Amino acid sequence: MTDCHDAADPGASPSGAPVIVLAGNPNVGKTTLFNALTGSSAKVSNYPGITVDRLSGAMPLPHGRVAQVYDVPGTYSLNARSAEEQIALDALVGLHGAATPDVVIVCLDATQVARSAYLLLQIQELGARCVVALTMIDEAKLATPDPRALAALLGCEVVAVTARTKHGLEDLRAAVDRTLRADRRPLWRWVPSPGLRAHLDVVTTALPASWRAAIRHAAPATATTAGPDPTADDALALWSLLCLERRTGSSDDDELDVPDDLRAAVTARTIDRAIDDEAVLARWAWLDREIPKLVRRAPDRSRTERIDRFLLHRAIGFIAFLGVMAGVFMALFWGADPMIGWIEAAFKMIAGELREQLGDGIFTDFVCDGLIAGVGGVLVFLPQILLLFLFLGFLEDCGYLARIAYLMDRIMRSMNLHGRAFVPMMSGFACAIPAILATRTMERRRDRILTMMVVPLMTCSARLPVYTLVIAALIPGSALTQALLMVGMYLFSVIMALAAAWIMSKTVKPLKAKRLPFLIELPPYRWPRGLDVVRAMWSKSAMFLREAGTVILVCSIALWALLYFPRELPAGSPDYAAMIERAPSAEAAQALDSERSALQLANSYGGRLGHAIEPAIAPLGFDWKIGVGIVGAFAAREVFVSTLGIVYSVGADADEGSEPLRDKLRTATKPDGSRAYTPLVGLSLMIFFALACQCMSTLAVVRRETGGLRWPLFLFGYMTALAWIVSFCVYQGGRLLGFS
Amino acid sequence: VASLAEIPTGRAVTVRGVDGSRAFRRRLLEMGLVPGVTVRIVTVAPLGDPLQVEVRGGQWSIRRAEAAQIAVGEAAR
Repeated sequence: MTDCHDAADPGASPSGAPVIVLAGNPNVGKTTLFNALTGSSAKVSNYPGITVDRLSGAMPLPHGRVAQVYDVPGTYSLNARSAEEQIALDALVGLHGAATPDVVIVCLDATQVARSAYLLLQIQELGARCVVALTMIDEAKLATPDPRALAALLGCEVVAVTARTKHGLEDLRAAVDRTLRADRRPLWRWVPSPGLRAHLDVVTTALPASWRAAIRHAAPATATTAGPDPTADDALALWSLLCLERRTGSSDDDELDVPDDLRAAVTARTIDRAIDDEAVLARWAWLDREIPKLVRRAPDRSRTERIDRFLLHRAIGFIAFLGVMAGVFMALFWGADPMIGWIEAAFKMIAGELREQLGDGIFTDFVCDGLIAGVGGVLVFLPQILLLFLFLGFLEDCGYLARIAYLMDRIMRSMNLHGRAFVPMMSGFACAIPAILATRTMERRRDRILTMMVVPLMTCSARLPVYTLVIAALIPGSALTQALLMVGMYLFSVIMALAAAWIMSKTVKPLKAKRLPFLIELPPYRWPRGLDVVRAMWSKSAMFLREAGTVILVCSIALWALLYFPRELPAGSPDYAAMIERAPSAEAAQALDSERSALQLANSYGGRLGHAIEPAIAPLGFDWKIGVGIVGAFAAREVFVSTLGIVYSVGADADEGSEPLRDKLRTATKPDGSRAYTPLVGLSLMIFFALACQCMSTLAVVRRETGGLRWPLFLFGYMTALAWIVSFCVYQGGRLLGFS
Repeated sequence: VASLAEIPTGRAVTVRGVDGSRAFRRRLLEMGLVPGVTVRIVTVAPLGDPLQVEVRGGQWSIRRAEAAQIAVGEAAR
């Protein structure tokens, strides 16, 4: 994967600055704390190989020192099955190229101390130097435990913080600074039984050298770790014993990246649930014994319960849900429209101005039609992406996104989709690009990829000009039947997307459903912090521009060249330059110019490609002119309309409302004089556009999100095949039934 | 002893044990669904599944089929 442009090597912190890692459960205010600690220095990048956002930033320490802070994705436990979950262990221990953290800041939720301390116990068993940041104290109010008593119990410094008001941040920095000089001392609250001890001793010897504490810490272990107490290496051996299983080749295998020797050492032992029970129950037994002494009352969740009584109500809840979704959808569909219009107009104007300045020529055409149009074609996605991330950030932070998954799980699950796939799929009605980026709200790769594979089937707004043109030009009948056909196309796309999800989840191995519990925390409702939402919105949009945008730009320039070169007209063509010179009127000159453009396009590489694919698309009822349109539509589906405009000498300005273009389509004939585009061809064409992956931007974004060419190629392959087969059935079936 | 999936909304019960595949079981245990802890079904989703469950002061969405793997008994006291 080539996306690790930023801090590509997490193993080396710049200028030997201390490495701090911020860990904690989801929904404990970790991101807010991260932003407060690092200020404007925060950057989003990716963990190498997987699309999990990695936040990094610089955090000032006392005495003018600066530490490098990395954020660990929120997790409830270090035990893992997926590659995403393993990130937490890698970052906290310093495996797979990550730097070993000098201090780990663990966020403890003051409203759920025991649950969030479970993760802390695991981290302490690994021997990390910990500082606890006690968050959500404004919510826990009187239920907040006394930080000093908690510090005595947990064996590390505890600082109560309120990131919104910056309360406690200086104390936290000072505590981190002091802890940097502390010993690394593994802290176990339980003693492994003799049976487990025997397992640990064997597996410890199989740990790769780079995992060993003595290597990672680059300093002699402190005396305590050498004694009979469990060591940091024991903690890694325990992790291996709990998480690693024999590979069976099924989709239910764990995705953990560990040396084969270690896996073999674990699977050679006879392990059963008893060791899971021993380790997990021992930690909970300690927490259940000690924490209640410090937390004397339960936090007040009555406000959240009151809101849930409405928002999760059988009837009212669904109405509210539909209202929220309608609002998001309309904002994407119509709200972004003026901004998109401005961007398009601005780039058209810039291109026009430059053309005046530069004069005619190949270079001018490249700059105006290739480069500037390409940049505009990337930026045009920005309004919808910004809006969608604004809504997603808001819904996530206030706690409603988890409720959407709760409300929709029943429906989505029947298609083997995640409850959270609903919002991306709905966004797909506006545009697949933001929708694919929105799959990041799902934590499992399998759920994300399955959603990405079906989102492009939803009727995006770029298909509308094509449908509008075809329906108006080729489909007979009243306005009502035409409108019903449009609605039908929407329904068709939803059914195809859901069916595709179901079929792929049954047949494509990496997309098969896994037997993991569907546990989603329903966090208390909270007011989102505007700055956090805006910052996340901006950094994610910037990442799109940087990483997917560049690919889209290169592809659109390549496509421009394909339809532009060669410039020569085929031998035997009339001398258009001379004819235009002698044209009796401006209109006549214009017509000759359009004719020349059509001939040039037909002769271009893209035009020849359209000719070349004619045998393949003829069974669908399409001729080479539609073939050229399909090639051009790869830039964006709506380009099909303007490409046809050039092919039919109507001019490149033709849009779906252009009467001359509609007339040309209606009256176009085949060599034998029969009508080239019948209503049946129109239907076949619409179905082809509904199902084919006619969008290089979609493919570029899928490549970026999945980190390779495999999934975009799969997406392109299956959608093209599906489009061809269904169009074939419709066209040939229609002819058999006697339609022409 | 019944499964959590059979418990009516609002009644507090005590977890007796968790069944299912190893990874599934371990995950529920790590969430704090250990024997002896009190759980309560807060709401049932409008379409009948999943369930909103309260445990240790936090609330979770859990599918009915998964709740069926959690054995529960009368609440202590």
